[in-house]
Amino acid sequence: MAIEIEGAAKRYLRRGREIEALAPVTLTIEDGAFVAFLGPSGCGKSTMLNMIAGIIPPSDGRIVHDGRVVDGINRRVGYMTQVDSLLPWRTAEDNIGLPLELQGMAKPDASARIDRMLNMVKLEQFRRHFPVELSGGMRKRVALAQVLAYDPPTLLMDEPFGALDAQLKLVMQAELTAIWEESRKTVVFVTHDIAEAVALADRVVVFTTRPGRVQSVHEIDLPRPRDIFRIRFDRRFQELYETLWSALEPDIRREEDAA
Amino acid sequence: MTTRAGVYEADEFAPGRPSAAAAAHAAAEARRHQVLMALRVLVGVVFLAFWEFASDRLIDAFFVSSPVAVGGRLWQWLSDGTLFYHLSFTLTATGLGFLLGSLIGFTIGFALGRSNDLATIFDPYITAIYCLPKIALAPLFIMWFGIGIESKVAVSAVIVFFLVFLNTYAGVRDVNPVHIHATRIMGAGEWQLLRKVILPSAAAWVFTGLKVSVPYALIGAVVGEFMSSNRGVGFLIAQSSAMFDTASTFAGLVVLAVVGAAINGGLKRLERHVLRWRA
Ligand SMILES: Nc1ncnc2c1ncn2[C@@H]1O[C@H](COP(=O)(O)OP(=O)(O)OP(=O)(O)O)[C@@H](O)[C@H]1O
Ligand SMILES: [Mg+2]
Repeated sequence: MAIEIEGAAKRYLRRGREIEALAPVTLTIEDGAFVAFLGPSGCGKSTMLNMIAGIIPPSDGRIVHDGRVVDGINRRVGYMTQVDSLLPWRTAEDNIGLPLELQGMAKPDASARIDRMLNMVKLEQFRRHFPVELSGGMRKRVALAQVLAYDPPTLLMDEPFGALDAQLKLVMQAELTAIWEESRKTVVFVTHDIAEAVALADRVVVFTTRPGRVQSVHEIDLPRPRDIFRIRFDRRFQELYETLWSALEPDIRREEDAA
Repeated sequence: MTTRAGVYEADEFAPGRPSAAAAAHAAAEARRHQVLMALRVLVGVVFLAFWEFASDRLIDAFFVSSPVAVGGRLWQWLSDGTLFYHLSFTLTATGLGFLLGSLIGFTIGFALGRSNDLATIFDPYITAIYCLPKIALAPLFIMWFGIGIESKVAVSAVIVFFLVFLNTYAGVRDVNPVHIHATRIMGAGEWQLLRKVILPSAAAWVFTGLKVSVPYALIGAVVGEFMSSNRGVGFLIAQSSAMFDTASTFAGLVVLAVVGAAINGGLKRLERHVLRWRA
C-alpha cells in the first residue's frame, strides 16, 4: 500500500525545550516498494516510523497511507520496533502467536504457522522460553517471526538485524529478501548499515543529521532475485556502496569534528 | 532454506542438557542448603531450650510461661475442639474480609488506573483515607455491624482494600506503552488489550498487593475479635491474658503465627508459578 509523507515534521517538547527531531519530509513510498532509510543516529528515523504507525502525530504535515490519513494507531502496518516490544509474560511461541490470536485464527492453523516461523528464525529449541531467558539477538528474531507471522500488507522495520552477528544477519537478510520477492509487500526498513541498505532495498533514502531531512534518494538497480550471500562481491553493488558512502561522509566527518 | 539453516545450527547449544560440571555445582548447592536448614532448626531449638530453662529460674513463669506448658495447652485445645472452633471463626472472617477487600480494591484500582479523570477526582480523598490507621475504624464498625462476624470482616476488608487498590492502580499505570502500541498495531481491540496486555502486566503488582494483604486480613480480624467478640483466636488471646493465663496467651499467639506463616508460604509458591516469566 502506498505511503505518502506530505511535509511531515516532528518537534518534541521536553522539559520546556523544543527539540526539532525531523524537518518537514515529503516522500512517496509506492505500493510494493522496498525502501531503506539510512542516516546517522538521532536523525529521526524511528520518529518517522512511529508517525507512519500512528503512534505519535506529526507536528506539521500529514501522512497518507493507502488513501487514508493516518490519525491514530495504523492497523494496516506491521511494525518491528527498535525497542523490545515482546510481552515478557509470554513465551517465544506465544509471542509469535499473539497477532494470530488477536485475529481469531483457528488453533491448528496458528500453531502450524508458529512452527514455520520458529524454524525460519532458528529458535525451535527456545519456543517455550520467556523473553528474559533469551539473548538480545534471539528476542529480535522472535519479534521478526511475530511480524512476519500475520502477514501485514506493509512492514515497518527499525534496525531489525542490528543486534545480530554478521553471519546470522546475512541469514536473516536472505530470509527477508526471499519472503519479500515472493510477496512484494511494501517495506520500510531502517538501518545504519550501508551494505544492508544496498543489498536489500530497491531505493535508499539518505537522511541528514538532526533535524533530519531527506538528503538524497538512490535507486538500487541490482537485479532480482538477489543472492544476499554473494551480492556484495558484485561490481555494481560496490559502486552503489561508494555512492552512498559519499552521500553520508560529510555528516560523518562533521560528527567527528564535533567530538 | 534448509541449506541456509545449516550455517547457524552448530552454534546454538541445546538448552537444559546436563553436564558433569553442572551436576557437581548442583550437589554443592544442595549441601549448602542442607547446612543452612540444619542451622535454621538449631536456632529454633536453642531458643525453645533457653525459654524452658529460663522459665522459673531466671524469670517468673507467671509472666513467660514455658514451652512445655504452651505445648500442653495447644494439645489440649486440639483434642477438645477449642482450637478448631475458634480458628474456623477467625479464618472465616479473614477469608471473607480478604475476598471482599481485594475484589473492591481491584475493581476500583483498575478503574482509576485506566481513567485519568477519575484518578484526578478521587485522588485527595483516597490519600486522606489511606493515611488513617485502619484499625482506628474498628470501633466504628463494631458500632455499625455489632459484635458478630460482620464487623471483623469489615475491619479486614478495609485494610485489604487499600493494599490491593494501591497496587492495582500502580500496576495498571505501570503498563509499558510500547506493549500497548505494539499490541494495538497488531489489531487488538480495547477488550483484547485489557486481557492480553494490561491485566497480565498488572498481575505482578496485583499479586504483590494480595500477598502483603493476607497477613493484614488476619490482623484485621483478630483486632476486631480483641475489641469485642465471644469467639475467635483473638478472643481466646484477649480472654486468656485478662485471666493472667500466660500459657494460653502464648498458645493463641503461636496459632496465629503458624497460620500466618502457612498462608504466606502457600502464596509464595503460587507467586513463583504465576510470575515465572520474571527474571
Ligand atoms: N520522546 C522523545 N522526547 C524527546 N525527544 C525525543 C523523543 N524521541 C526522540 N527524540 C529526539 O528526536 C531525535 C530523533 O530520534 P529518533 O529516535 O527518531 O532517531 P533515530 O534516527 O531513530 O536514531 P537511531 O538511529 O539512533 O535509532 C533524537 O535527537 C532524540 O533526541
Ligand atoms: Mg531509531
